[in-house]
Amino acid sequence: MDSTTTPGALRAGTVAPDFHLPSTPDQRVSLKEFRGRPVILVFYPADWSPVCGDQTALYNELLGEFGKFGAEMLGISVDGSWCHLAFAHDRKLKFPLLSDFEPKGEVARSYGVYRAQDGFTERALFVIDSEGVIRWSYVSPVGVNPGADGILAALEALPQQGAK
Amino acid sequence: MSALTKPVTEHDHIEGSADAPVTLVEYGDYECPHCGAAHPVVQELLRRAGNRVRFVFRNFPLAEIHPHAQLAAEAAEAAGAQGQFWKMHDTLLTHQNALGSVHLKQYAGHLGIDVDQFTEALTAHSFQHRVREDFMSGVRSGVNGTPSFFINGARYDGPAVLEMMLSAIEEAAA
Repeated sequence: MDSTTTPGALRAGTVAPDFHLPSTPDQRVSLKEFRGRPVILVFYPADWSPVCGDQTALYNELLGEFGKFGAEMLGISVDGSWCHLAFAHDRKLKFPLLSDFEPKGEVARSYGVYRAQDGFTERALFVIDSEGVIRWSYVSPVGVNPGADGILAALEALPQQGAK
Repeated sequence: MSALTKPVTEHDHIEGSADAPVTLVEYGDYECPHCGAAHPVVQELLRRAGNRVRFVFRNFPLAEIHPHAQLAAEAAEAAGAQGQFWKMHDTLLTHQNALGSVHLKQYAGHLGIDVDQFTEALTAHSFQHRVREDFMSGVRSGVNGTPSFFINGARYDGPAVLEMMLSAIEEAAA
């Protein structure tokens, strides 16, 4: 898959901006907690919209494959944490959904994937290496589920853990 | 543009003439309502396109949202091991609301295959690996939901509507 990022999305080689976002109504998650492991950031426009549903369902099936690379997946949208909770429960999602809710879209802006005209994020993928550097990014048309082939290829291209 | 990464081989379930100029591959889930809706479209398409197209079905069960999909896929494979893949495939796609293990065994009985052998394959999950291989080949080819179609290896992103699929196939055959 080509890395056809929009001009705004942060590109490979950029240090991934840190964040500290709610993962549940009373817990927060920081990117830097994952240092030492690859992270897959999945920005998506909204809980409950049909394409997102397919996308998160697909990733849910693939957590074991991502785990082979030691990678963690984090979903991010502007939905609030109660909404995420209901959505994750309904779809039996096994990866955290973070709320870029207040200030709205701030993290998405820092990654260059906020659609200010719409009030939600692009459908964007970032693979971040164990040092916290973006190694691959991809922005899909909002209505198109980007699949997982690009993520797996990007994880494979990362230097092997412990190889250095 | 996503493309099929795993070529069609004799290992696949293939319906139609081996020397057909067009190969249509579907990645599907037996519990997915969109796959159920696409089933008569594919059948009519194969009837109309005749020997210009051959059809391949690969499993893509989204088991977390479709709790019966994985076992149904294994059931089709288990029937396939006894030479009845397509009949089981058709049965499953036309009975999407009855895919429990009791139903699967009933269908095996109706097809006249050895039900004990079939049941043993389901219990032992003998075809789990095969189904997962299909699934991962789909993921690698950019399958992002079901059904996903590939026409001569290129992903078909149009709707599963007869006229549109037929014209895409005619174009590929030309």
